[in-house]
Amino acid sequence: MKRKKKFQLNSKHLLIALTFVCISAAALTVTNKASAGPLRTVVGYAVVPFQNGINQVGKWLGSRGQRFKNADKLAKENAELKEHIDSLNEQNNLLVQQQSELGDLKKLYQLDKDYSEYDKVAAEVIARDPGNWFNTFTINRGSKQGIQKDMNVISGGGLVGLVTEVGPNWAAVQSIIDDSSNVSAMTVSTNDTCIVSGDLRLMEQGKLALGQMKSEDAVTVGEKIVTSEISDKYLKGILIGYVSEVNEDSNHLTNSGYLIPVVDFEHISDVLVIKQLKQTGGN
Amino acid sequence: MRRKVTIAILIIFTFIIQTTIFQRLSIASVAPNLLLILTVSFGFMQGKKSGMWIGFFCGLCIDLLYSQTIGINALVYMFIGYLNGFLYKVFYDEDIKVPVLLIGVSDLGYCLVTYALYFLMRVRLGFTSYLQHVIIPEVVYTVVISIIFYRLLYKLNQKFVENEMEGQELPWLKR
Repeated sequence: MKRKKKFQLNSKHLLIALTFVCISAAALTVTNKASAGPLRTVVGYAVVPFQNGINQVGKWLGSRGQRFKNADKLAKENAELKEHIDSLNEQNNLLVQQQSELGDLKKLYQLDKDYSEYDKVAAEVIARDPGNWFNTFTINRGSKQGIQKDMNVISGGGLVGLVTEVGPNWAAVQSIIDDSSNVSAMTVSTNDTCIVSGDLRLMEQGKLALGQMKSEDAVTVGEKIVTSEISDKYLKGILIGYVSEVNEDSNHLTNSGYLIPVVDFEHISDVLVIKQLKQTGGN
Repeated sequence: MRRKVTIAILIIFTFIIQTTIFQRLSIASVAPNLLLILTVSFGFMQGKKSGMWIGFFCGLCIDLLYSQTIGINALVYMFIGYLNGFLYKVFYDEDIKVPVLLIGVSDLGYCLVTYALYFLMRVRLGFTSYLQHVIIPEVVYTVVISIIFYRLLYKLNQKFVENEMEGQELPWLKR
């Protein structure tokens, strides 16, 4: 491919050849016949350090700006308090859940681990995908820190998304507000299942679509929604958000509505990756 | 050779600023598409072959870092670069109307293809709301940015042309 230009190929032939290369590459990666791992690694090494650097500069400038606004003491206090709120939120979420489960799960308690007990890796968001159609971002931790594909990503006690690609020093995370994301979820109080899906048209309003709830369960506005155990990739019991609107579907069998996520996806900067895969969690 | 290295650095640089700085500068969660501006400008200024290669590598960068399927973006960007290369013949100095128009049309085309490939395929109908929320803002933002960005690329291209002229003349001028 690299030497072709030497033969002075007609541009039309070159276009056809490259089209075949692209289509076969797409076909191979879709069917998982070949992985682009090595290529990804090379590109990652060329790009990620710079993205990291620019992100650091941005953060430095941001902190400078804050210093101008007021004493840095306030900023520090604020950060501390926010951290405190996050941990309290997480604790509260866990407590409510545990209370409703306590009765029948007491025996199984030792088997059923909460996500807060798993090992986590802290990472920073350093870049976002270049287009406007998807919501994927890069974090500055990768396989060297033990991150694998399909690991769950949380921030501030709420679900952020799923690791989709991993390089040695970076990983791509698909967020739950991405249009192609679907999360199997449930209500905290009654364990009714539903599907939380991202929708590009709702992204601007910061909402997620909620669907496939049974009508008789009557979910109320303000209800907490967490990931359910039947999901094949998401660990159980991670807070997603709060129901903001519920409507009955035209078939009168299911309800759908909207959900406001707890994570602020516009200004997300620090995340935690849970080093526990769902598949191995059952063993 | 020098030209190829410069263009490679330019592609990586554009990719980096598009994924970092311009994502922070996004308006209503829409950011401009700098890689598309790069592809279209070079296709227009240097012809089909150049546009094709630059488009291919721009798309490949996106695919490798952000897409699970390799090749789709590379293919789309490559065709954009190639098609814009057809207008190489009408490339005049200092004219900014044609390239900006081309960038707008190409971005619209890119958005429509993306919608068809990734959204229509999953039966996400309601094209008008996508048009309103993503496509039109992106095209407008990209066109506005392209007015500045194209000038820079144009100056760079002029440097290339000058360098090559010198390179061609040097063996004759020596001694």
